Amino acid sequence: MPKVIYVSATGLHTVIEAGAGDSVMEAAVRNGVPGIDAECGGACACATCHVMVSTDWLSRLPPAAEAERTMLEFAVDPQPNSRLACQIRLTAELDGLVVHTPVSQR
Amino acid sequence: MGQNVNRNVVIVGAGHAGASAALQLRQNGWQGAITLLGAEGELPYQRPPLSKAWLKGAVSFDGVVLRKAEVYQQQGIALRCGCRVVALDRGAKVVVLSDGARVPYDVLILATGSRPRDLPVPDAGLDGVVTLRTVADADGLRSRLGSTGRLVVIGGGYIGLEVASAARALGRDVVVVEREARLLARVASPEVSDFYAALHAARGVDLRLSAAVEAIGGRDGRVTEVMLTDGTAIPADTVLVGVGAIPESALAEAAGLACQDGIRVSSTCGTDDPDIYAIGDVSRRPLPFNGGAGRLESVQNALEQARQVAASLCGLPAPAPEVPWFWSDQYEVKLQLAGLPGSEVHRVMRGVSAEGRFAVFHIGTDDTVRAVEAVNMPAEFMTGRQWIAQRRAVSPARLADVAVGLKDAAV
Repeated sequence: MPKVIYVSATGLHTVIEAGAGDSVMEAAVRNGVPGIDAECGGACACATCHVMVSTDWLSRLPPAAEAERTMLEFAVDPQPNSRLACQIRLTAELDGLVVHTPVSQR
Repeated sequence: MGQNVNRNVVIVGAGHAGASAALQLRQNGWQGAITLLGAEGELPYQRPPLSKAWLKGAVSFDGVVLRKAEVYQQQGIALRCGCRVVALDRGAKVVVLSDGARVPYDVLILATGSRPRDLPVPDAGLDGVVTLRTVADADGLRSRLGSTGRLVVIGGGYIGLEVASAARALGRDVVVVEREARLLARVASPEVSDFYAALHAARGVDLRLSAAVEAIGGRDGRVTEVMLTDGTAIPADTVLVGVGAIPESALAEAAGLACQDGIRVSSTCGTDDPDIYAIGDVSRRPLPFNGGAGRLESVQNALEQARQVAASLCGLPAPAPEVPWFWSDQYEVKLQLAGLPGSEVHRVMRGVSAEGRFAVFHIGTDDTVRAVEAVNMPAEFMTGRQWIAQRRAVSPARLADVAVGLKDAAV
């Protein structure tokens, strides 16, 4: 069961035990982690699950597909380490992943 | 201000709107009791996957649940599933449950949703004639689609076409019967309709347009065929009726709240009773970008109204109005729509529909963007949505030219 650490814009850390195969978005939403709205439920259609991946983890993720890259351009204040949480599938290798939620998603 | 956040709020309906309102109230600092009454037996869940991934067995209930049960407990939300509200007593300020129990409220939020419209033809009650709204409906449909046989979809709207797409992925024979001359006739432009007709035909769906259903026939209580008014009989093992939804406003109507195709509400979701609010599919709401009022059946609308009512009840500033948006997944094609076209618009095509990547922009007489329908063009969708919110004017000629960057099409 991979753990994910969500860090809010105000510095609050929430540690979630994700289910196998969950996305970073699903693990957050189901457990009530604030800051990930995910209006489309993971269809890569809304860019409201924008997260910044801790830079030491970034290279360990599969790269973003074109649809995700396009949607990220339109997220609020995208950064080089921005991803959509709904497109990151959790595996055992990602145990301990750290993501930061943006100010715009409360 | 002067809002009292210590009152007792009861929310009737635990779909996307009701559950989100409960959570948003707590996030906004609501201190009073929150009771969330859901008619279905399950935890609140997302409906959009039911016509898509659910039918293909690609997602489990855990994959569609909105929040785990513990989250409601942690947030002090009394969630009661399988709980049907049968009456609303505004004088006594209580809702009455089917077992006779009376639940008192200071503030009531009606989030009762909508239900599939029935087909007004004989014998629509046969076994094998189904609609799709709940996870129980979706389970039933999935097991029917798991065995061989032919699916006849009545209604070429989003639900019907998404189910047709899932059924083809499962290898079923599919016929879609649509009364209008084109698919998605009430909700999409002709360009988008034509694209989806070609897509479904290419994937082996038998489309019958301008075809009205006369009756549904069966043998021994089971459906066997769909008869059209022109005399055609289409053999069927399963019939999905997807001809729109009607608001679940009976409680409100019986209690004398103003209703007109939905419960009439203000921009803060208030009804004509100051202690009663209505959100989601059941409400007829102001449409700030179009003028007038309408009912919107979408997750975006459910969430926006949950935020509006929670802000209003907690005395917070009203959230900025959102541009309505919606999406549909069929086969590997993603359609994203923003805005409501309204009248007095002309359409500008960007991209080539035969290439499966295009967007239709709806432009007002003042050259402002009113709506966009984007097929596999997420940048056009996101940009269009921002332009609609900004009431941005564009150059139609530049917009139609894919060689011109999208940002350079704005005036």
